[in-house]
Amino acid sequence: MTIAPDVPAGIRPTTDAALAAPKGKPKNLGQIIRWLLLFAGGILMIMPIVYMISTSLKWPHEVYNVNLIPEEPTIENYTYVLEDGRFYWWFVNSLIIAVITTICNLLFDSLVGYTLCKFRFPGRQLVFIAILSTLMIPTEMLVIPWYLMSQSFGWLDTYWGIMFPGLMTAFGTFLMKQFFESVPDDFIEAARIDGLNELEIWWKVAMPLVKPALAALAIFVFLGNWTAFLWPLIVTNSVDMYTIPVGLSGFGDEVDVAWELIMTGAAISTIPTLIVFLIFQRFIIRGVVMAGLKG
Amino acid sequence: MTFYRNLTIKQKQIVWAWAFLALPVLFYGLIRFYPTGTAFLISFQEWNLLGARTWTGLDNYIKLWNDPVFWKVFKNTFAYLLIGTPVSLVLSFIIAYHLDKLRFMHGFLRMLYFLPFMTSAVAMAWVWRWFYQDVPIGLFNNLLASVGIAQISFLNSTTNALPAVLAPAVWAGLGFQVIIFMAGLRAIPISYYEAAKIDGVGWWTVLTQITLPLLKPTMVFIVVFSSIGFLRIFDHVFNMTTNNPGGPLNSTKPLVLMIYDTAFNGFNMGYAAAQTVVLFMILLIVSLLQLRLLRSE
Repeated sequence: MTIAPDVPAGIRPTTDAALAAPKGKPKNLGQIIRWLLLFAGGILMIMPIVYMISTSLKWPHEVYNVNLIPEEPTIENYTYVLEDGRFYWWFVNSLIIAVITTICNLLFDSLVGYTLCKFRFPGRQLVFIAILSTLMIPTEMLVIPWYLMSQSFGWLDTYWGIMFPGLMTAFGTFLMKQFFESVPDDFIEAARIDGLNELEIWWKVAMPLVKPALAALAIFVFLGNWTAFLWPLIVTNSVDMYTIPVGLSGFGDEVDVAWELIMTGAAISTIPTLIVFLIFQRFIIRGVVMAGLKG
Repeated sequence: MTFYRNLTIKQKQIVWAWAFLALPVLFYGLIRFYPTGTAFLISFQEWNLLGARTWTGLDNYIKLWNDPVFWKVFKNTFAYLLIGTPVSLVLSFIIAYHLDKLRFMHGFLRMLYFLPFMTSAVAMAWVWRWFYQDVPIGLFNNLLASVGIAQISFLNSTTNALPAVLAPAVWAGLGFQVIIFMAGLRAIPISYYEAAKIDGVGWWTVLTQITLPLLKPTMVFIVVFSSIGFLRIFDHVFNMTTNNPGGPLNSTKPLVLMIYDTAFNGFNMGYAAAQTVVLFMILLIVSLLQLRLLRSE
């Protein structure tokens, strides 16, 4: 028996007010204990990240000590890893791939989402269902055909080869379509009367109204491509073309027991996304909720 | 252009719509649907990438059925799912439930729990791999040693390795689930809680009669989402066991790793394609089953 009626997933409010961090001091002992336990849990959660950074600042002889703060902090490991040159290239490769893929997703997913949402034309339902159904196809099923395709077109070991499978996503299209629902048709009609063509209406009228959704999509696509491993591992052969995760994986095997160097490589691959997160924290969390609940 | 000008508004819309969709439709056709068909096709063939493609009918599937490694891998894949999903669901609910009731430094605590979600699986797999090393290298065993407990073999043990590999995957996904749960909790109208307060109902009744039933859509989403993630686990396993991928003795090998091995180390494309079809079926059945079970009642 339930007291409350069922709330369907679609109508949950996800406004800023619902997500804003409430402020105030704990009132009673129970609240204080709850706070302390959650704080301890939170510290435990970030320990792997803290230890990674701490170890990357240690000299080799200190690595096996469990102390958190290095006795003699050094950036020697970073100098060593960056002077080696490969990490620099992997970083650049990952950045180029993640940025281009993100831009493509923002443009195409929103254009398709907009078209499916605001236009009435024969085949609309079919296109929508076809795109949505690709959500059920796991990437792992496609890597073999993609590999064969890349082999026959000479895409192996190129940026294009790494990027092409992710240039558009059904998830992004669906997310954007949901958000374009909130753009009033009157706005579009008014712009049409003002003489804007359809491309201008999409770009100048509709797109600025869904900026939060675009930001959420950008975060997901960027993070997904920055950390992508399986496909880049398959499609790249030469060390120069590796992305950071693929490079780090091989590097870890190569230096074997030099854990301070592995931690340095891991830190180099993780710190950029952590910094982005710390700057845009509230924005990102809001984006995650929007993408999670609407997408 | 005169042709375009003579069209009605409705017809112009159709032209624009298809102009916008032309490239994406081509993309989905060539990069999603065509390869899906190819994967099914290759699963009925024998092919080592260099030689000829020969039709073998159901041979790959029969071979898979009789392959003891496949059944081991099948068991592992479901072990990741059946341990990972409930553990992360319960943990993230407990954290979200209590975090929701706190105001003091709420945003800071939330950040601590969410931070791991922003990390890369490969990087963190290596960090955890280091944690799991034997004395005097690994952090966990060093901590155990400092309180006088005998060291535990994590990644080299056939029984401990799978949960050890799973732990960082649960850890990394937890923050996302906490955030989703908190949004779900916030969406419950306060009036329900006020009504319960007036009736003098205890917190346990409130939790089981109001909070949990109303969180059902959120839970359906989290369960389906995390199940798919655990069934497709690869990055963590591969990177924590690079010296012997999926080892020791295949005890951590998930289906995706078997696919990778068969296709790109063994170059047995037909056999690997058959495995991907099986993965596809598993994902399909598991998500449909969960949606069915959790949505109904």
